[in-house]
Amino acid sequence: MTQIFAYIPHTDGVAGDAAVEFPSAAGKIDEGASVTAVVTGSGADLDKVAQAMTSTYSQVIKIDNADLAYPNAEIVRKALVNIIPADAVVLIAHDTFGMDLAPGLSVKMDSAYAADIVYFEGVEGSSLKAVRQELGGAVNTHVEIDVSSGAVITVRPGSFAAAEDAAAGGAIEDKSGDAGDLTAKRKFIEIVEAEVGDVDITKSDVLVSIGRGIEDEDNIEVAQELAEAMKAVVSCSRPIVDAKWLEKSRQVGTSGLTVKPKVYMAMGISGSFQHMGGVKGNPFIVAVNKNPKAPIFQVADVGIEEDILDFMPELAEAINDL
Amino acid sequence: MEILVCVKRVPDTAENEFELNSAGNDLDRDDLVYSVNEWDNYAVEEAIQIVDKVGGNVTVITVGDDESEEVLRREMAMGANDGILLSDDAFEYSDGRGIAAILKAEVEKGNYDLIMTGAQADEGAAQVGGMLAAMLDMPFASLVNKIETDDGRITVGREIEGGNQEMNEIDLPCVLSIQTGINEPRYVGIRGIRKVAKLEIPVKNAGDLGIDAESVGKSGAKTKRVDYFVPDLGDGAEMLEGSTEEIIEQLIEKLKAKGGL
Repeated sequence: MTQIFAYIPHTDGVAGDAAVEFPSAAGKIDEGASVTAVVTGSGADLDKVAQAMTSTYSQVIKIDNADLAYPNAEIVRKALVNIIPADAVVLIAHDTFGMDLAPGLSVKMDSAYAADIVYFEGVEGSSLKAVRQELGGAVNTHVEIDVSSGAVITVRPGSFAAAEDAAAGGAIEDKSGDAGDLTAKRKFIEIVEAEVGDVDITKSDVLVSIGRGIEDEDNIEVAQELAEAMKAVVSCSRPIVDAKWLEKSRQVGTSGLTVKPKVYMAMGISGSFQHMGGVKGNPFIVAVNKNPKAPIFQVADVGIEEDILDFMPELAEAINDL
Repeated sequence: MEILVCVKRVPDTAENEFELNSAGNDLDRDDLVYSVNEWDNYAVEEAIQIVDKVGGNVTVITVGDDESEEVLRREMAMGANDGILLSDDAFEYSDGRGIAAILKAEVEKGNYDLIMTGAQADEGAAQVGGMLAAMLDMPFASLVNKIETDDGRITVGREIEGGNQEMNEIDLPCVLSIQTGINEPRYVGIRGIRKVAKLEIPVKNAGDLGIDAESVGKSGAKTKRVDYFVPDLGDGAEMLEGSTEEIIEQLIEKLKAKGGL
């Protein structure tokens, strides 16, 4: 029987979405697995999350320490190494905290490591077969993970269905005393909140969102004109912000803003999961891209294989003529 | 400040349409365009800017074959002072852990204050930096989008969800994985590449590094890629066909129905 431990991310006493996705992921690894939630933190917030987890998990371990009040990956890692058996499978969300924690944890536990898994085909003997993506989602791969001496695995947020609230009636085990030395060479100072921009893209029902396909800063005007015709605002994917062509406050994605428009016009956007992670509320997605293999065409409702620099002006003109 | 930047030669996602080979188990690599991993350029630029400010030396390193030398030269043309190529048939098919172990062997021969990687590369695993740090018992920060240097200690900003930034103090030596957007990597022209064409880049193999060949490569890998396959498209998008005019006509009807106009 596979022993699985799921690290539960949480903020302000509320568990992240991953908490209800891990049980489905664990079930795909091994239906008969024992799954234990591990919650680290401090005080009332921690107790609240641990309590909430008892309805999803039959076993919950909590580690309470003032040094864990903010999740510093180096400190969390030290605690987990002392508490989770070395041959277990550890599930962690592939988010900004998971990327900070998981690779180093696998080294310290001397376990196999697999990142950003989107599907598990199951374990046979000590070989766990899983699916992940490479090259920005352009191709999928099967990987075989040797779990004989344990594994640390990050799973892509949103890839596994949320478990039904099963009233698992789990028991909380307090392992705070086993956390060991929690000193760290990295210290958390503060969170700097994102700056508020001139336009609030989260408030618009229609977004004309541009990606690499815009090619040049001067071409943004073309998107702007289409947005005006549609009474929409212009948002963008990460490369446009990296190039400093638009403000960070225009960026849609997990590292930008989460938007819930009615209509999302993805113009020259390849459609990485980090970008689509910021598009919520099931909008009508129109994708225009000259690359017919762009991953965006998998998630869009309507696809058009054209160069946005030719297409957007014609569409704007047609709309203005209505 | 002695800075080491780990870089990688990867298929360029902006320049290629990826197809499987006829056996269906690998990419069709015949006509692929390769370049340096995008994130690595930001790491090298950041290293150069730090050294410009506080002095020191930037070394770029990669694990790869002969062709990987070109990415080292490109980064040297940007301004990195030295390059090191770690190359051995035994390194082929290493998993992330294997690559980190190979890099660790070379890091221990130097005296680096700061080691950088790109936040992720072609496989999208974002793993080597964190593993290398753990192996070296150095502190680590991922997704770094700001670095402020101060005596023996640096302050780094990490990109976290929602466009927020997490500020941390971190002791040196340390390992940082660098996120895109931290700076604007300088342009490298043909002339720049020519200037560094004759600089010597040492090549080190498993023996030079004192690495047991069985511990890396295919034999050492606990995570193995079995095959590539094209994602199951599910329903996918309804592709609009016809002339641009016809497509626009269809699109406008749909947009009207869905509240887009």
